[in-house]
Amino acid sequence: MFGNFDINFIIFGIMPYVALTVLLVGSIARYERDPFTWKSSSSQLLRRKQLVWGSILFHVGIIIVFFGHLIGLFTPVWVLDALGVPYWLKQWMAVIVGGPAGVIALIGSTMLLHRRLTDPRIRVTSSYADIGIMGLIWLQLVIGLLTITQTLQHMDGAEMVRFMSWSQSVVSWNINAWVTVVDVHWLYKLHIFLGLLITILFPFTRLVHMISGFAAPVRYLLRSGYQIVRTRRQKPLASAKPGQSAPAQTTTAKPAE
Amino acid sequence: MKVRAQIGMVLNLDKCIGCHTCSVTCKNVWTSRDGVEYAWFNNVETKPGTGYPTDWENQARWNGGWVRTGSGKLQPKQGGKWRILANLFANPDLPEIDDYYEPFDFDYDHLKSAPAMEAFPTARPRSRITGERMEKIEKGPNWEEILGGEFSKRSQDYNFEGIQKEMYGEYENTFMMYLPRLCEHCLNPACAASCPSGAIYKREEDGIVLIDQEKCRGWRMCVSGCPYKKVYYNWSTGKSEKCTMCYPRIESGNPTVCSETCVGRIRYLGVMLYDADKIEEAANTEAEGDLYDAQLGVFLDPNDPQVIAAARRDGVPEDWIKGAQESPIWKMAMEWKVAFPLHPEYRTLPMVWYVPPLSPIQNAAEAGAIGTDGAIPDVRSLRIPLRYLANMLTAGDEAPVALALERMLAMRAYMRAKSIEGVQDDAIAERVGLTGRMIEDMYKIMALADYEDRFVIPTTHREQVEDAYDLKGGCGFTDGNGCSSGISKGSLFGGSKKPLKMPQEVQ
Repeated sequence: MFGNFDINFIIFGIMPYVALTVLLVGSIARYERDPFTWKSSSSQLLRRKQLVWGSILFHVGIIIVFFGHLIGLFTPVWVLDALGVPYWLKQWMAVIVGGPAGVIALIGSTMLLHRRLTDPRIRVTSSYADIGIMGLIWLQLVIGLLTITQTLQHMDGAEMVRFMSWSQSVVSWNINAWVTVVDVHWLYKLHIFLGLLITILFPFTRLVHMISGFAAPVRYLLRSGYQIVRTRRQKPLASAKPGQSAPAQTTTAKPAE
Repeated sequence: MKVRAQIGMVLNLDKCIGCHTCSVTCKNVWTSRDGVEYAWFNNVETKPGTGYPTDWENQARWNGGWVRTGSGKLQPKQGGKWRILANLFANPDLPEIDDYYEPFDFDYDHLKSAPAMEAFPTARPRSRITGERMEKIEKGPNWEEILGGEFSKRSQDYNFEGIQKEMYGEYENTFMMYLPRLCEHCLNPACAASCPSGAIYKREEDGIVLIDQEKCRGWRMCVSGCPYKKVYYNWSTGKSEKCTMCYPRIESGNPTVCSETCVGRIRYLGVMLYDADKIEEAANTEAEGDLYDAQLGVFLDPNDPQVIAAARRDGVPEDWIKGAQESPIWKMAMEWKVAFPLHPEYRTLPMVWYVPPLSPIQNAAEAGAIGTDGAIPDVRSLRIPLRYLANMLTAGDEAPVALALERMLAMRAYMRAKSIEGVQDDAIAERVGLTGRMIEDMYKIMALADYEDRFVIPTTHREQVEDAYDLKGGCGFTDGNGCSSGISKGSLFGGSKKPLKMPQEVQ
């Protein structure tokens, strides 16, 4: 039974499920059980130098790369076909958009990592997780950019379609998904492995602020006006309008729109 | 009209001796922890000076508070919602810790553990952030104490706006005053408005502005949003913190720690009723000079039967209405008009107000001439320039500050005549638009300042705002997960989701 035991099966067949489970359960558990620890852990107060440019470059780059991967990997192949998008065009798009974005993110993360390691204030207030996750992301960016050297050798998009079908097979519970990526270049494999590792570490590091970062704009922009008033009143006032649920019986002060 | 109650504070700067007891007791209670060593929820500044953090009043630099845009809209000066969100990665308006000061401690242990040496051992400073030796302390929380430092630096004080300030650098013309500062618990808080997470809120029942530590994500927009720089980022927990108005004490009818321990008895606490529907209009008043008057218009007369009826309708408890009628804040801000908001031009409608300080007569010859017939000297001849106080308290409008100072001088003259010469001279009172009776009331509250007169704080109605069953077996303050309240509903993992019933957002 274990004669054909394959490390590829573990990493590309099993690990994705482990990673997604840890990501989901871990994040929910942390949010529910210890919301006080849910934060962005900004160190801007302690040192502004290198943070402003580093953080902006890193975040802008990584967000483009993140959504590029999300859209690129999880758009079903038949949608491409239906839209008439040739694979080579998508492959070129990925290189042209993802490449520069990756470089921007790498420049930013290099600045941030250098700051974190060399600035005494930042170094001493960093946890192992802070330094570790920064290092991992830096490494992941380097490897991701290195894979472009391989990609440029086959710009027909066939290799890319294999990754698309792999990731889509994983989320559609196809246990044989791993087979599609068994014989790709090792740089790709390492990139996927690190990606899954970062996913596993996500709930236990400051990366959780990504979720808040995507949620904050929605809540903030939907909030009517700017101000928030809270009440601890347990029972609604007699003067409250009927139909309104307790304890929200009065209207928010909206000092400004 | 939507009536709400707020615990307001007045500080009588005329009596502040700059002893820093308020700051120290506050620090011991609230900020003697990692990450907030540099934070002083209450601090006392010597004015003129650039303050703490340095130059905080200069909103051209820090972009705190609100701004009325060209199209007449009110928005945070650091930007509207989209702009604030765009700055999440790096906040261009955030002070660095060096703008406050790098917190430090001393090697006290070295004093007793040092070996026998030729020189006395000394306790040298060490950074509280890195733990490393600090060769030179560059700044502290009260770096300009009693006019410390060169005039050229101190005179960058924003309140010198429109004043020929060079002459005040001369020894003969110099002046100073103290300015104790804490969170203003504004009616229109810019910190709350700037928070993308919605973690900062104003309490409906007493107006105290708090930060929900579990909802704060450390985006730090509140720090730059607050024009008074009274929200502090805890670099250890990654959350923002601020003055809580000692709400557990206020709830039980006790004054805040800073007020309770004030040896000069300069602090007053009391209820103000305000119309929540008028806040936006008042904060958006076109001319900055009119903002002080606009804020007066937001307050409601607690003796007006219509206001009382509306207050009852809106759930203001009976003893809070009574508290508002007896409020020393109401008397000083509204009846005698001797207290003013700090920098109304920030448009936050602050709720910690200040009685401007009197100062000696500038000209010694003139000083000899007064006091013979109870005459009130011209307040423009006082050592502290009227314009300076007006820049601080009324956005530059000198008339209200002048009247307040005249009334305080009249109080002295009236009481001097009464107690020394035995003459009740109502003419003195009438000259400043008061009556003898009002002046005696002023004297009782502002000069004698008995504990009961300074602090008129109705207790929280726990039967309305708390579920006693929630509190049973609870453990008071926790940082979230540490203590169960004995209720096991609502959480995914069986335990209590929240230590206590949390306040709900008002829709």
